[in-house]
Amino acid sequence: MAYLELDRVAKQFGAQTVVDDFSLSVGKGEFISFLGPSGCGKTTTLQMIAGFLDPTRGAIRLEGKDLTAIHPAKRGLGIVFQSYALFPHMTAAENVAFGLEMRNVPRSERAERVRAALAMVGLAGYEDRHPRRMSGGQQQRVALARALVIKPSVLLLDEPLSNLDAKLREEMQIELRQIQRTIGTTTILVTHDQNEAMSLSDRIVVMSQGRIEQIGSPQETYEKPASAFVSQFLGKTNDFAGAIDRSVAPAQLMAGSWSVPAPPGLNGPVTVSIRPERIGFGDAGLGAKIVTRIFQGNHWLFQCESECGPAIVIRQNDGKAQPVEGEAVRLTWRSEDMSVRARDVA
Amino acid sequence: MSAAAEERDARAPWALTAPALMLFVGVLLIPLAMTVMLSFHDWGQYKGIEPVFILKNWHEIATDPYYAEMFWRTFRIAILTTLLTALLGAPEAYILNRMSGRWKSFFLLIILGPLLISVVARTLGWALLFGGNNGLVNKLLMSAGLIRSPIPFMFTETGMVVALAHVMMPFMVLSVWAALQRLDPQIENAAMSLGAGPATIIRRIIMPQIMPGVLSGAIIVFSLSASAFATPAIIGGRRLKVAATLAYDEFLNTLNWPLGAAVATLLLVALVFIVVGSNALIERRYAEVFR
Repeated sequence: MAYLELDRVAKQFGAQTVVDDFSLSVGKGEFISFLGPSGCGKTTTLQMIAGFLDPTRGAIRLEGKDLTAIHPAKRGLGIVFQSYALFPHMTAAENVAFGLEMRNVPRSERAERVRAALAMVGLAGYEDRHPRRMSGGQQQRVALARALVIKPSVLLLDEPLSNLDAKLREEMQIELRQIQRTIGTTTILVTHDQNEAMSLSDRIVVMSQGRIEQIGSPQETYEKPASAFVSQFLGKTNDFAGAIDRSVAPAQLMAGSWSVPAPPGLNGPVTVSIRPERIGFGDAGLGAKIVTRIFQGNHWLFQCESECGPAIVIRQNDGKAQPVEGEAVRLTWRSEDMSVRARDVA
Repeated sequence: MSAAAEERDARAPWALTAPALMLFVGVLLIPLAMTVMLSFHDWGQYKGIEPVFILKNWHEIATDPYYAEMFWRTFRIAILTTLLTALLGAPEAYILNRMSGRWKSFFLLIILGPLLISVVARTLGWALLFGGNNGLVNKLLMSAGLIRSPIPFMFTETGMVVALAHVMMPFMVLSVWAALQRLDPQIENAAMSLGAGPATIIRRIIMPQIMPGVLSGAIIVFSLSASAFATPAIIGGRRLKVAATLAYDEFLNTLNWPLGAAVATLLLVALVFIVVGSNALIERRYAEVFR
């Protein structure tokens, strides 16, 4: 049974629809990411769960109970804000203790839980520091401890790592995942960073312009993108214009001089998507010419001009000789590595 | 670099600031020093000012309870004005800060309004509203049968505090406003998500963070109210004097300049002590918020 459920949730500001028809059910203990470019409605959705915004339509349920009827202060959710929103006039320990105070937890138990929470995020010994005397990473940890110490039913993270530098962000990603695994809190992360979403989550909700584009595991969304948007947003991809011809037997899928037996279903113009690292050079396939070749240590990056437009190919640096710039090549891929979608002909 | 060039470099800042420095010395420090010196001079009805060094004026101020009353009244009015502006101005700034764009600028203009009108015109306006039996508000209240006799406003400390608070409000609102701008926009949501109600959020989260703004606004309002002249002169007149109007009268009516100078100097010194002292206290107390 779904633990947290969003049922056709929509949010309108005036005439503008920011989130539309958002349905999702989250299992207990799951780590979900809302991924999308800025303005796609991911933060608005999070704020509706948190209760800072009321949905225009639809229902949000937690363990079957209507969440929208509960005041945000009573929802018992833990939230980490992009800016951390720590209380600057309180020490780290006082910040973490605030939520427990509001719940009238007795003083001795409160002190114990605050100490444990700060130790969990690796800040033992920082109890008496004020936030402005801490680094960005440390503030982030205090914010996380403050959200977790109240044992929230759901942890909401609003771009929590976007203010950290790249190295620290990576460390925090690993740590965040470990903490979440250890305590098993259902977590929703809002991010525009596809690497962050892929490395942290059990499932990713890819959003664009207020709508869900795809819900799936990181692997699914990467390997089997449901739409052109998803395949573009999650990593690099090659889109080739092709066509399926069912007038011949067996039906053929063709792109330029390349063709294979067509998969069932589609007909007419299609888009064939293949990830750059799944394309190899072979004797038969899509004709192309290497335009530039870039060495990047563990792999080679080729920019090619194919019969169906520009293409990117990534090859592992396995020590074998690679084609040089200007060389004519044939691009090949396994049929299970490509995804084929109907194409609108404008 | 040669020694001469080095010397020239060292002199350059002084040379560059000299014009401003001279203006500052000429129009502020010298008159101030002369006022302090004047306070030690002698004065007599027939002999006028005698440039000697005596403590007569200071002795008079220290021993005559009339002056103690004047100064006590001055600071009482300043403190009450400060309290009134803080009690009204801080919530005002908070509400203003939560308003949406168009209303915000409209009400900000209204709050800044007093600064755009002459103090005299504004205070006379208060006098027209509340002054005596013919004051508009008193007339209305009396004709409505709510009060039997007019509420005294002219020549009262209450009247002075009200009129001063109106004049000083912008300084408090702007000072708290500046503190509010430093608040994290999500801080209230953060407190709410942890289970705090609206009252708790204001008391535990907002208030401590805008307190430095309230206090620095209080310092401005206090020092301006204690040394205010126009409003006490119009509302209080001769009947209810404060330090500033007292010094003015000594200078221009009694013509006892040295005594007037002593009153003015004492007011200045007292204010400097109060302002510097409370400022140091505030900075120590709120070190973490100011950082």
